[in-house]
Amino acid sequence: MSEALNDLAAVLEVKQSDAIVSSSIDFDELTVVVTNTSLLDFVDFLKGNASCQFTTLVDITAVDYPGREKRFEVVYHFLSMVINQRIRVKVMIEEGEQVESITSIHACANWFEREAFDMYGILFANHPDLRRLLTDYGFEGHPLRKDFPTTGYVEMRYDEVEKRCIYEPVKLTQEYRQFDFMSPWEGAEYILPGDEKKDA
Amino acid sequence: MDGSNGSAISMDEKVRNFSINFGPQHPAAHGVLRMVLELDGEIVERADPHIGLLHRGTEKLMESRTYLQNLPYFDRLDYVAPMNQEHAWCLAIEKLTGVEVPRRASLIRILYSEIGRIANHLMNVGSQALDIGALTPNLWGFDQRESLMIFYERACGARLHANYFRPGGVHQDLPEKLIADIQTWTEQFEPFLKDFEGLLTENRIFKQRNVDIAVVTKQDVYDWGLNGVMARSAGLAWDLRRSQPYECYNEFDFKIPVGKNGDCYDRYLLRLEEMRESIKIMQQCIVKLGECKGEDVLARGKLTPPKRSDMKTSMEALIHHFKLYTEGFHVPAGEVYAAVEAPKGEFGVYLVADGSNKPYKAKIRAPGYLHLQAVDHLATGHQLADVAAIIGTIDIVFGEIDR
Repeated sequence: MSEALNDLAAVLEVKQSDAIVSSSIDFDELTVVVTNTSLLDFVDFLKGNASCQFTTLVDITAVDYPGREKRFEVVYHFLSMVINQRIRVKVMIEEGEQVESITSIHACANWFEREAFDMYGILFANHPDLRRLLTDYGFEGHPLRKDFPTTGYVEMRYDEVEKRCIYEPVKLTQEYRQFDFMSPWEGAEYILPGDEKKDA
Repeated sequence: MDGSNGSAISMDEKVRNFSINFGPQHPAAHGVLRMVLELDGEIVERADPHIGLLHRGTEKLMESRTYLQNLPYFDRLDYVAPMNQEHAWCLAIEKLTGVEVPRRASLIRILYSEIGRIANHLMNVGSQALDIGALTPNLWGFDQRESLMIFYERACGARLHANYFRPGGVHQDLPEKLIADIQTWTEQFEPFLKDFEGLLTENRIFKQRNVDIAVVTKQDVYDWGLNGVMARSAGLAWDLRRSQPYECYNEFDFKIPVGKNGDCYDRYLLRLEEMRESIKIMQQCIVKLGECKGEDVLARGKLTPPKRSDMKTSMEALIHHFKLYTEGFHVPAGEVYAAVEAPKGEFGVYLVADGSNKPYKAKIRAPGYLHLQAVDHLATGHQLADVAAIIGTIDIVFGEIDR
């Protein structure tokens, strides 16, 4: 399994050396980071090249790292039924930077890209129909970003007076319970009662 | 009218295209699907599914819960075959932590995955028949499904939301009586399936509604990322249990049925055949379970709780138990993609761990998501009445699509 992956990684390194920023094999999975500008060509190469034939798009998603300069990782998973391998392709982008849509190569990228736009606010250039997908009509914000609160900002209810559904700011009867069970010896961030005496 | 207009239809009454809403409350929409259909007469010109009406933000919620607390969310994705989803989550964690699952636990997982597959296919075939007008198969299917639900209940205490597969094994061992009852059930299922088939396979109405509807070609499979029965109906013998085996599926003897025509009728036949293969796997599983009676079903270690008896005598075991269920276990940093062949197709989890007790990011890749996306492609050119058959055949459940 991993020998074939090593070979595949070597082939990619040789043939697409301009595109690839880095590649690694962890847990028997090949991850390739490519530059944003060469993404479209790279995906096309993966699909068309005889030694790859990654004809099936498995998944597209993004990961948010607010601390990084390039905040988002857009992650693509491909599957080749011919050589029976999987590959993970990543693109690092800054907030507001556009990624080329791969719908022209893989038709099923459509919803995945819409979802990534919906959840992370990543813009896909040349996408045929970049609308929100999972969230409510007229929803604001991008819920899977790390700075979006789990409770959200608005809640909806049916108003008896206005006879329609209305949105209002979230009212919580108690604080959202985000338990931090990390052990105090390894990085818990809360202050235990009595800790204040330390400074006195 | 002065007779100057020879046509029967005046300009005002010109035939125009209709846009209609199929759902969100439609009995054949299999949940909460809103589909905007553009119709030319009775022919569908465009189908635009609006999803997200059941969106619960599972992936967001998962980021603030420990790995073990996240497990029950997977039951609530595809609630027709809950344990198959848990399986993917457990595999992802086991891959990252490098935990080896004990053999008995592995066999139990396979046994219950196949029970889930049969439960799913019974539901799907039955409800597809219901969608196009046959009431009886669904009732018969539910009768058998009920026995399977009872097997779920006897294993873990819950009929649907099992929370039974755990990282490192399964929650508890199965009692001998339960395994014997499953064996008895598999023996009566074969004759049942014959009866069941007798209702539909040669039924004229059923065939008229399914044959040559929503034909899927190999190219469609690649373009639209179809998998599971959808891909196999186009003639691709692709099944993760065979091609990228997980657990100990490679020890089992089973066939992968493939279709010829790629239409709804082929997919119906495939589902029946897959149920037969699942029965074979279950029976082999029961024999293998007999060979490893009494073995542990959890890989004892950091991921799993200590034995009850140890907790009574060992301080360390007690502390470990307490820490496991409060802080949870830590998963080393890294990222993996783990997939299982769920009844509907490839169900995958992309897990990014940062070394803490909670996942940094978890992406759930549901097979139904891609199938529903392809509806526009499949339904275009078909009659409005066929849309119900198409939605039935692509086997969608909104729990997993909307997440």
